[in-house]
Amino acid sequence: MQAIKKEFKVVKNTMLAADIYSMWLEAGEIAKNAVPGQFVSLYCKSGSRLLPRPISICELDKDKGIIRLVYRIAGGGTQELSQLKAADYVEAMGPLGNGFTLEGKKALLVGGGIGIPPMLELAKQLDCEKHIVLGYRDTTFLDNDFYPYGKVYISTEDGSVGTKGNVIDAILAHKLDADIIYACGPTPMLKGIKAYAEKMGIKAQLSLEERMACGIGACLGCVCKTTYIDSHSHVKNKRICKDGPVFYAEEVEL
Amino acid sequence: MNTSVTIAGVCFKNPVTTASGTFGSGMEYSNFVDLSQLGAVTTKAVASKPWEGNPTPRIAETYGGMLNAIGLQNPGVDVFIERDLPFLKKYDTKIIVNVVGKTIEDYCEVVERLSDCDVDMLEINISCPNVKEGGIAFGQSALSVENITREIKKRAKQPIIIKLSPNVTDITEMARAAEAAGADALSLINTITGMKIDVKRKTFVLANKTGGLSGPAIKPIAVRMVYQVYNSVKIPIIGMGGIADAMDALEFIMAGASMVAVGTANFYNPYATVMIADGIKEYMINNGVNDIKELIGCVN
Repeated sequence: MQAIKKEFKVVKNTMLAADIYSMWLEAGEIAKNAVPGQFVSLYCKSGSRLLPRPISICELDKDKGIIRLVYRIAGGGTQELSQLKAADYVEAMGPLGNGFTLEGKKALLVGGGIGIPPMLELAKQLDCEKHIVLGYRDTTFLDNDFYPYGKVYISTEDGSVGTKGNVIDAILAHKLDADIIYACGPTPMLKGIKAYAEKMGIKAQLSLEERMACGIGACLGCVCKTTYIDSHSHVKNKRICKDGPVFYAEEVEL
Repeated sequence: MNTSVTIAGVCFKNPVTTASGTFGSGMEYSNFVDLSQLGAVTTKAVASKPWEGNPTPRIAETYGGMLNAIGLQNPGVDVFIERDLPFLKKYDTKIIVNVVGKTIEDYCEVVERLSDCDVDMLEINISCPNVKEGGIAFGQSALSVENITREIKKRAKQPIIIKLSPNVTDITEMARAAEAAGADALSLINTITGMKIDVKRKTFVLANKTGGLSGPAIKPIAVRMVYQVYNSVKIPIIGMGGIADAMDALEFIMAGASMVAVGTANFYNPYATVMIADGIKEYMINNGVNDIKELIGCVN
């Protein structure tokens, strides 16, 4: 599946919460081929910021030819992207990477912070019993979008909404059981999920993140440690952008 | 109109190649550009055995550039010969293999393994700033440049290019040392050692602490060094360092480079190489230049 790189029209770009933005792009070429868990690279206009910003696909509508990207302002580049308005154009390349494999009868979807967005399209496309755990530091976002697709559980570090603590605390508090776990979030959360899945004997798919340059598997900037010698690299490294970002938990060392 | 250049008897259809490490062995970029439109593909560094590279983060963006500390991760020369070389042979382009090692013996082993392969030139990487052993360790004194060049030259069947580091007091000294020891050509510049601090977390952005700075931010330094080296040696130069468009490439050529390599630009514009090759042609047409060789070093 060939990624497309061109300028796409912004349909809408709005703030969801402090520093969290939601952008819809008119990107039929990306939407028609994309699967949940894949990402797109967004390029800044400023020549001082050369490298693409990898952003996970939050939602896609193949009929309307649009995709949704929910992202956090982490620096000048995403700040610049947050200023885009409807009818502006932004350069993007996608879809990139490999998405989630849809499997299982009883799924646990776990998103932490800015790892929550890709779980939404996954929740829409997974056709099975779904329990969705969303972890936040304090303010929630995007949670209302999940309610049509499964039972939603929330954890906040400050305890302002749902279970006080992290996503694992919420999973334990609600005694959530599953035959497959899908997770995306910060590395400490993924470590926790990996350990939990191993202990409970549940298969898990983890979506990883790393600083990227090319986004297409050439520069070897965004590798992760693997538990076996990888057939491409011939060392224990896989490329998150090309071989991932989704991996089975047993494949990777976090 | 003639865009071809000849370096050490190897004829390149145009003066554009790729900067080692930014283009893999071309596989990923073949989805975006026709590799046959390039004068040559210069591969990522190849060692005698697979190398793991550095821990992550390996990448940091900087103003108008980037730092990398990949640490020369590569699958080793055997995989390169079995997998990457047959892939590259499908295209009508020349192949320059970048060679690296931890010891002179390592370099020589790779050079010998490649000696009977259908490879056009070898680029000897004595300038990677991101590994403790090998790489730049051989490129920061004239004596060691001369020594490694001579040892490799004894064994190499293909012409060799010595890739120079800008992280030296006087790059012309290294250039002359390589030439004296029999180098067929020089390529410059490799990345400039840099550092970025994460002020929020009060730590280094890169796991390796330092990385190599590349991209448009370093271009004026690279052009200056090409100019200096052009005036110090007789062997041809492959110029690189922040080339993002045809005008950038022409700066290097006018400063004295016979060929140019496109690096970091590939990361944000996967079409950059062919766009630059086409742009050089366009410049030649618009300016009545019949032969690219008229431009090489023309400002001198």
